[in-house]
Amino acid sequence: MNKTFGELGFPGRLIAVEGLDGSGKSTQIYLLKRWLELTGLKVYFSEWNSSQLVKSATSKGKKRTLLTPTTFSLIHATDFADRYERQLVPLLRAGYLVLCDRYAYTAFARDVVRGCPPDWVRQLYSFAAKPDVTFFFNARLEVSLARILDGRPQLKYFEAGMDLNLSNDIQESFRVFQGRMLEQYLAMSSEYKFTIMDANEGVEEQQALVRKLVTDKIDLDSFAAGS
Amino acid sequence: MVARSKKKRQPSGLNVVIPGRSAKRFYGHGIPGVDLRQLNGKLIVVEGADGSGRSTQTNKLVEWLEGGGHATVQVGLKRSTLVSEELQQAQEGNILSRTTLSLFYATDFADQLENLIIPALKAGSIVIADRYIYTLMARDLVRGMDMDWLRNVYDIALRPDAVFYLQTSPETLVQRNFAKKQALDYWESGMDLGLSRDMFDSFLKYQSLLVEQFLRLKEIYKFNIVDANQPVEKIQKLLRRRITSVLRK
Repeated sequence: MNKTFGELGFPGRLIAVEGLDGSGKSTQIYLLKRWLELTGLKVYFSEWNSSQLVKSATSKGKKRTLLTPTTFSLIHATDFADRYERQLVPLLRAGYLVLCDRYAYTAFARDVVRGCPPDWVRQLYSFAAKPDVTFFFNARLEVSLARILDGRPQLKYFEAGMDLNLSNDIQESFRVFQGRMLEQYLAMSSEYKFTIMDANEGVEEQQALVRKLVTDKIDLDSFAAGS
Repeated sequence: MVARSKKKRQPSGLNVVIPGRSAKRFYGHGIPGVDLRQLNGKLIVVEGADGSGRSTQTNKLVEWLEGGGHATVQVGLKRSTLVSEELQQAQEGNILSRTTLSLFYATDFADQLENLIIPALKAGSIVIADRYIYTLMARDLVRGMDMDWLRNVYDIALRPDAVFYLQTSPETLVQRNFAKKQALDYWESGMDLGLSRDMFDSFLKYQSLLVEQFLRLKEIYKFNIVDANQPVEKIQKLLRRRITSVLRK
């Protein structure tokens, strides 16, 4: 993952958002998508862990807690590869703006917290190009935790990192797990040139900045539908 | 009346060979959290195309090992609880691109490695693997995947105590496949590669490409090449001889 799609000569551009659960990244990319669509641009949105093909295996593995750090990592890489080769690359070749809610960086953070070697995980995803823009939504840990935990959620086993035996209490496990994820994200942010967003700000302030940054970094006029 | 010898005959199988305890190693970093010193069993791999006599040989090996008093576990590809069904479905639809297929198989392998092979070795069993990472790698290499990328993926794998590659000419394979099922398999013929629209041609081309890649892998992973055009019994004898010396290590 050395070059961006732009650097590789793709006519399309890929924008990714990363951040902890509860950082507000999904809201922001949704609003960005709506704006780009309403402006009449060719936009495609793709979510982490959403390939239909791999889904049944992943959900079986999660439901029956069959996954280990290694198979967890490999099955998510399989999901990513399927979306990458069948959707993202063809759309980027056709000149689309592709928006991704999470990219390989999620794996770099999560699989490493689970104990997989960083180099191994990075090499797994080395077939993929770098996003042209990566927004990292950096909220204080307590803020993102509160957004998830205040809703009295049914936290899921793997989502809370229960497989790591951090705590018998699922909420406490979630806190520790998210804290470790945040450390990993911050450690890689300069290496991968994340555009760091202050996710403690209000929704509108952040969205205004996201739109401005996208306009600065990408020549949006060339993505008009029908062009 | 059958004449019986009065001398009490010693039944065979009383002398159970106690295997040596040579240390196991992973190819790379391996699986997080595994204590290699606990893996007391032996891992024996038999590789070869469909029709190379692989299954016949592995079945005979299991019989022989069990007869010799060794707990034996047989593993293969595409048999994991985690993804084998999905992998089958995806293959039937033929909709997987090469990286996805490669990672899907790697997931299947890792699941079996962690849930079958490693526990069996911990229990001191002899594990007979009917195909291992080399088949997966060879198939991917023929499809243009990068060697370094694949070696990284399979850094998780355990180094077997012995690997035997049953090598057969593609022409022999065709004949054996027809003798068995009167049909060539889509994937074993490499039809997804577009080598030829003619399945017979495609099979021959694909199998020769696989042999080329196996020979390349042999240089890296140092396995034994067995001429599988020989009679079944002769091959079995050779395998048993080699495995006997592996067990002593």
